[in-house]
Amino acid sequence: MKKLLTGNEAFAYGAYLAGVKVATAYPGTPSTEVVLNCAKYDTIYSEWSPNEKVAFDVAVGAAYAGGRALCAMKHVGLNVAADSLFYASYTGHKAGLVVINADDPGMHSSQNEQDNRNYAKFAKLPMLEPADSEEAKRFVPLAFEISEQFDTPVFIRTTTRLSHSRTIVEMNDSRRIVPSTEKIKFERNPGKYHMIPANARLRHTVVEEKIRKLAEYAETFAYNVVESGNDEIGIVTSGVTYQYAREVFPKATYLKLGMVYPLPKQLILDFAKRVKKMVIIEELDPFFEEYFKTLGIEVIGKEVFPIEGEFSPYLIREAAAKADLTEAPAPIKPVSLELPSRPPMLCPGCAHRGVFYALKSLNAVVHGDIGCYALGGSPPLAMMHTSGCMGASIGVVHGVDKVGVKDRTVAVIGDSTFFHSGIHPLINVLYNKGVSTVIISDNRITAMTGHQDNPGSGQTLLGEPVEQIDLETLVRGLGARKVAVVNPFELDEMLETLKEFMESEEPSVLIARYPCVLNIKEKHPVPEIDLEICTNCGTCLEIGCPPLAKTEDGVAIDVQLCNGCGLCVKVCPFEAIKKSNDQ
Amino acid sequence: MQNYNFILAGVGGQGTILTSDILVEVGLKAGYDVKKSEVHGMSQRGGGVESHVRWGEKVYSPVVERGKADYLLGFEMLEGARWATYLNPQAKVYINDHKIYPPSVNIGQGTYPEEKNIEQLLAERSTIFAWVGAMAKAKELGNPALAGVVMLGRLARELDVTVEIWLEVIAELVPAKFTKLNKEAFLAGRKMK
Repeated sequence: MKKLLTGNEAFAYGAYLAGVKVATAYPGTPSTEVVLNCAKYDTIYSEWSPNEKVAFDVAVGAAYAGGRALCAMKHVGLNVAADSLFYASYTGHKAGLVVINADDPGMHSSQNEQDNRNYAKFAKLPMLEPADSEEAKRFVPLAFEISEQFDTPVFIRTTTRLSHSRTIVEMNDSRRIVPSTEKIKFERNPGKYHMIPANARLRHTVVEEKIRKLAEYAETFAYNVVESGNDEIGIVTSGVTYQYAREVFPKATYLKLGMVYPLPKQLILDFAKRVKKMVIIEELDPFFEEYFKTLGIEVIGKEVFPIEGEFSPYLIREAAAKADLTEAPAPIKPVSLELPSRPPMLCPGCAHRGVFYALKSLNAVVHGDIGCYALGGSPPLAMMHTSGCMGASIGVVHGVDKVGVKDRTVAVIGDSTFFHSGIHPLINVLYNKGVSTVIISDNRITAMTGHQDNPGSGQTLLGEPVEQIDLETLVRGLGARKVAVVNPFELDEMLETLKEFMESEEPSVLIARYPCVLNIKEKHPVPEIDLEICTNCGTCLEIGCPPLAKTEDGVAIDVQLCNGCGLCVKVCPFEAIKKSNDQ
Repeated sequence: MQNYNFILAGVGGQGTILTSDILVEVGLKAGYDVKKSEVHGMSQRGGGVESHVRWGEKVYSPVVERGKADYLLGFEMLEGARWATYLNPQAKVYINDHKIYPPSVNIGQGTYPEEKNIEQLLAERSTIFAWVGAMAKAKELGNPALAGVVMLGRLARELDVTVEIWLEVIAELVPAKFTKLNKEAFLAGRKMK
């Protein structure tokens, strides 16, 4: 039977076929749906861990104890898990361990576009890269075989475009591997698993031997394939880029690499002899290109195809045409009509809006973090002045404090990001006598990636009810004495508390709590605007709420979009916006 | 076997993803190799949403190449206009007669393009341009969220696939309690000019 699956759904199906016992992740676009879909198979224990490092360690433990384990994360998530990645490369594990890692060329929803193929080389681990959903499915059981044969974690690299494209997959449930329960046992072997220097030195030798053997294996790996065509041009490529290249160079000869590290030296040398001109088409870094150049092969690569951004068939055609590798595309008439952009915004009814409106009223400097609330940096609120990576806000605000800037500086971090990596920097603020104000904008869910549960939301990924972490008790336990929980829609209280905290000589934590309205599907009656009173002053428009629009007669509310949260009612200086009568 | 490149563009919440899911499944049922691509993540936050759907003998790229789209379905005027450079000269363009103002226009700092300018932009790059009263029809049927499926019905008029396949896929992909209404919306779109 054939089915249309996204790359991420296909990875999960592959995990099911491979008899995976444990799947772990912290949500992150574009990798979220891998473990989300693993959870749909009752043969796979699946969990949202608080961050990628924890997720990785859990997967390692499962593999140590004999169960096949899968861990998924976005590219920057691997930065968080990198410490664990390197020890796991040394120890190996009893059962297979596969890491699905999603790069985001073009930064559709990321802070950078790092090329994680570099991690494979860095940590001395093999990396596979499928080119469509069918390969995504096939590569998972295959990666587990490699993992167990070579006693190593194995990466499968994906990109946004592969993870979120839907292509045809052959469903073959009958081929599922049923894991044997006899293998489930932790066997003591500290020489292999206890990484003190004396043991680790011996393991390093094993790691070098492993990667040498894997390079030999790559020579005959079934998905490193030469596809014969016209040998005038030989294209070297991998992943979804292969599909784009096929559109532009339908008749060329291809070396399609299913294993992107380690690379098959002899296969590459033979390919170089066969084709007249070798063209490497790879998104992001010149990862293949640099290796090919060490082999003394002349290649066309990054001087033609950009190092930045996401590729597309058109981009490849245009770049290749400039280098006379193909015909130029038909000219496209430029668009002269001005089309205003449509950036994402805080949703109607979003409680983060109350937090940022209060911060704006107090003219704060805001060190922000990763999540929906990063949209508080967009106009008209425009109240986020730095943001870098998960959990950075609180460390950064402390540094600003310690250098001597005391004035109006706060950190804003979401609940899920706080659980991910905000607790340690808060300990640091409290331990090292900082005076910063930290706002935890707590909407009880991991919202940006599509509402995944977290330790504060009271439910696991498998839908089991669980005790919610009590943030207030947690931060008090860390040593915070100035702590308040405020509903961000109660603007007066929000302003008063925030002002007091920001002016205080001691560290403070303001928990701004209101559940994500998209998640709880809350909606109230739409307020009414009295156009007799409205002076069109524009104050309500400063909250940046999508249903509010300026018209000639005054401000209008789009009743279909409006969530009825009433924040506009509170900010109107003339009381022209009134709660609906039926409220 | 003919190749078809479709682009569907709208605003988060307009049902662009569901509609394109139906379109790609229909292609599969009709015997084509198919692929579909979209970018998730920000779609629920009021940003633009686009889906690329391809049918053909053998499809490689999941994204449509600029200058090679055969059909553009715009669920919102401005979002439709954004894909002008993707049309091939033989393209057919159907745009929902519906505006959703982006934030810059709402706060009075940007201007929403005039309808006649949008029409000119798209019509001069295609063989057929049509406004479709999909939003009005959806409201008439009782739910504005049906506009996407009305648009799909309009597109279906142009494609050589039996109505049974379309209705079968709609029944498979739409939650059971909305199936009847969605089928009605599809058939209403299929009658529109």
